[in-house]
Amino acid sequence: MLDARRLLCPLPVIRTQDRIAALTPGDRLTVYCTDPGVIHDIPAWCRIHGHIVIECRETDDEIIIVIEVGVAALNGNSTTTVQSDKG
Amino acid sequence: MEAIIGSLYTERHMNNTHTPMPTPRKAVALISGGLDSMLAARVIADQGVHVEGINFYTGFCVEGHTHAIRKKDRDKDKRNNALWVAEQLGIKLHIIDVIEEYKDVVINPRHGYGQHLNPCLDCKVFMVHKAQAWAWMEEHQFDFIITGEVIGQRPKSQRKATMPLIARESGADDRLLRPLSARNLPPTLPEKEGWVDRERLFDFHGRSRKPQIELAAKLGFEDFSQPSGGCCFLTDKSYSKRLADLWQSRGRRDYEFDDIMLLKVGRHLRPRPHYKIVIGREEGENNYLSGYRHDFPTIKTISHKGAFALVDGEVTDDDLRQAAAIVARYSQGRDSDQVQTQITRPGQPVCGYIVTVAPMSGDEIPSSWYV
Repeated sequence: MLDARRLLCPLPVIRTQDRIAALTPGDRLTVYCTDPGVIHDIPAWCRIHGHIVIECRETDDEIIIVIEVGVAALNGNSTTTVQSDKG
Repeated sequence: MEAIIGSLYTERHMNNTHTPMPTPRKAVALISGGLDSMLAARVIADQGVHVEGINFYTGFCVEGHTHAIRKKDRDKDKRNNALWVAEQLGIKLHIIDVIEEYKDVVINPRHGYGQHLNPCLDCKVFMVHKAQAWAWMEEHQFDFIITGEVIGQRPKSQRKATMPLIARESGADDRLLRPLSARNLPPTLPEKEGWVDRERLFDFHGRSRKPQIELAAKLGFEDFSQPSGGCCFLTDKSYSKRLADLWQSRGRRDYEFDDIMLLKVGRHLRPRPHYKIVIGREEGENNYLSGYRHDFPTIKTISHKGAFALVDGEVTDDDLRQAAAIVARYSQGRDSDQVQTQITRPGQPVCGYIVTVAPMSGDEIPSSWYV
């Protein structure tokens, strides 16, 4: 779990990048954010690095992104579905 | 870096029959998110070089923050341009946090500032040096560095005289290639070694953007970012004025990350030399500022909507009363006789105490208070 709440982009991306560097393919990381920019930026970063966004969920207070670490190669095959739990 | 030069044909480049297999040379491109660095990276990638991008986060980067904070900006495209460029190019992008190291560049620029507090030349030297000295670059056997610099494009940092200076002071020397202006400069190592074909590089110069626009069209780029003044708040007159005020009020040239973030947000007024008020201009900014309520005295109007403020400085109760009257001016109670405000200090109960004030009129707020 990575708490990137109250950080503004690109810091959530940088923290995600640094955390994933210590993980291995197949591991999953859940990132909690508040900057709406992450909805674009973290999936974009994942796509270019070959990681997979399993879930991108937006609530009233935060955005939760679940990433599966891919092989460190450019494959551009990440898919993202944004769910909104906003009331 | 020298060890890398001799690695053109190493064991990692041999196939099973021990026949040398030429491996693509590798370049790190400084990607700002603007058009020039995008073109530079693409031009080199098109020559068969493996290119990966690097982007430095200094804390002064324009994109992102204000979009996230201000409601009026929420409809704007929130994409990070550097990431977007990397995706268009099909290259990896590494974003590096240099907030702490960058302070010395801003506070003590060896080559001085540009029009405002923008240390553009020192910034470029710093970034090329960081890329060159990046351990990852050596571990992964990258051979040279690319930037989107164009001679004459920027009056301070991108001049013919500064190009060799940046190469020399960064330590990159002839491993620094500017593909868009390369033919106006002496050949670099990648050109001399034949890793790239100099004839397929460019001789752009001057402030005109026309050659870049034409090249973008030729390469099929229809959408790209061209931020005027670059992508750095330090090139902004108002922002630089606030930073100068911060330094003057503290009697020292220094900052923390939160300082430079807060300079991007709200309306700043300094009614007295020893304190400043940061007033949110709308709900998004009020929410952002309220995140600092444990670090600063705060003032919130409660009888009328619309204003939340931080007070930066060592303040007395009288100072806070004056600040409350100013904050009330920017609430929906500005035309009322009295406005109730809630004042809290860090470490005290969050409910604070109530102070009723008469909102200051516009005439009572001299323009010199605005930072």
